[in-house]
Amino acid sequence: MPPMGWFDLNRIWFFGLLVMLCGAVLAYILAARRGMQIKVRRIAGLEAVDDAVGRATEMGRSCLYIPGVQDMNDIQTIASLTVLSRVAKTAAEYDARVEVPTTRSLVMTAARETVQAAYLAAGRPEAFSPDQVYYVTDEQFGYVAYVQGLMVRERPAACFYMGSFFAESLILAEMGNGVGAIQIAGTAQPAQLPFFVAACDYTLIGEEFFAASAYLSGEPDQLGSLKGQDAGKLIVAAGILTGVAAETLASLTGSPAIRSFVNFLINRVLT
Amino acid sequence: MKRTVPLLITAVVGFTLIGAYFVPYTQSWGETVAIWFDVLAAIAFILGGGNLLRSHLKRISDQQSGWAYSIIVLVSFLGTLFVGLGKIGAAPSPQFPDYGWSGNYRQTGSAFWYSYQYAFQPLTATIFALLAFYIASAAFRAFRAKNLEASLLLATAFIVLLGRTFAGVALTAWIDPANWQGFRYFTGLRLENLTVYIMAVFNTAGNRAIMIGIALGIVATSLKILIGVDRSYLGKD
Repeated sequence: MPPMGWFDLNRIWFFGLLVMLCGAVLAYILAARRGMQIKVRRIAGLEAVDDAVGRATEMGRSCLYIPGVQDMNDIQTIASLTVLSRVAKTAAEYDARVEVPTTRSLVMTAARETVQAAYLAAGRPEAFSPDQVYYVTDEQFGYVAYVQGLMVRERPAACFYMGSFFAESLILAEMGNGVGAIQIAGTAQPAQLPFFVAACDYTLIGEEFFAASAYLSGEPDQLGSLKGQDAGKLIVAAGILTGVAAETLASLTGSPAIRSFVNFLINRVLT
Repeated sequence: MKRTVPLLITAVVGFTLIGAYFVPYTQSWGETVAIWFDVLAAIAFILGGGNLLRSHLKRISDQQSGWAYSIIVLVSFLGTLFVGLGKIGAAPSPQFPDYGWSGNYRQTGSAFWYSYQYAFQPLTATIFALLAFYIASAAFRAFRAKNLEASLLLATAFIVLLGRTFAGVALTAWIDPANWQGFRYFTGLRLENLTVYIMAVFNTAGNRAIMIGIALGIVATSLKILIGVDRSYLGKD
């Protein structure tokens, strides 16, 4: 059996792309630390967080925060907790109650720490109760049934759906709409985005959801990472344009050289 | 120290696993760590189960509104735990016939199997079935011709919905070269073909654009977490 090398050469192009993308993000984080001014476009869903919590306070009703149905090993759940930190801090400042039912024990533990830290940061540690963040069930539709009942009984004024969702997304969103809550959703599941867009007041689509932590914190480091993401998009766009142009030329001209370049892109770079 | 150690663990393990993906000797480390996580999550269930018991027992003792439902929750939870752990009604494994607990707790005919088949499955299917009605109500609200974009959405939804039904196929079945040779240039206008074209071209393009954005967001977020720029998941300062 031939000896294994120290580097899988089949993945060299993927490694190069990863270095480019991570390098772009790091470069802009460093530039932001050195004082580069970074402007971020307005994201309506995140601007509405304060209004939603304020609405709940005025109506004397609670805020419901659903951090998705996956565990802490899903990046969407971690992104959700960063948004929860902000929502909980706002709720603490406005003296509104935020309730966080979870489907995973580890998420319950992490969310409890996050909410407690948020209340402490807002100067309201005495207002925090561990019962605000609790475990319901791991089972998808059992969880949905519980949250539906909670919405009908408690009639929260603001509902936040941030994280990874599957079939339960529309059930939750429609029920929230039925009880008259203002709803802000964010997910990176492409199949669930249309349901949230149709049923919620504001939806954070894909990368807006991941940008939430940077947007809400306003820290230069975090905003720099958003700029790095945009640089990554430029790199990807350049790659797409190159590939599309090459394939079009290869089809129109039948040139063997261009065709072999296209095959190289498909079989080596994109695998 | 309380924040430094978790940050160090995150950074070391994260970058090690990223590097492991590119080294042939260590490419299986990612799967191994995923199994470790599953074990941790299973043990962590004790926290969740304990919290569930505590909160529902508190509701019962305080006689809060709806406390009867908490009794149902506790009876179901403890009953399922008992029949599962005790392998009630599960015949011993043929390999070890002398040991009563050698059978599989999910064996057909066991108490756990009955509760899963005849209680859990129908309840799950019931909640899932509600989705059809919620789709109808969401569609009724969303598909309104208020402006140009909404009208385009409505027309597209109309074509795609009809194109996936027998009625839609029958509506444009007359566009057939067998009826008139000229129709061979217009078979793409049949509803089922339009549906395929819309899903394969427009929908796929939009989907891929969103997924590219998501992938870049995941890379940036993961990098921020690994290098410690984003520490909000740790909680307290």
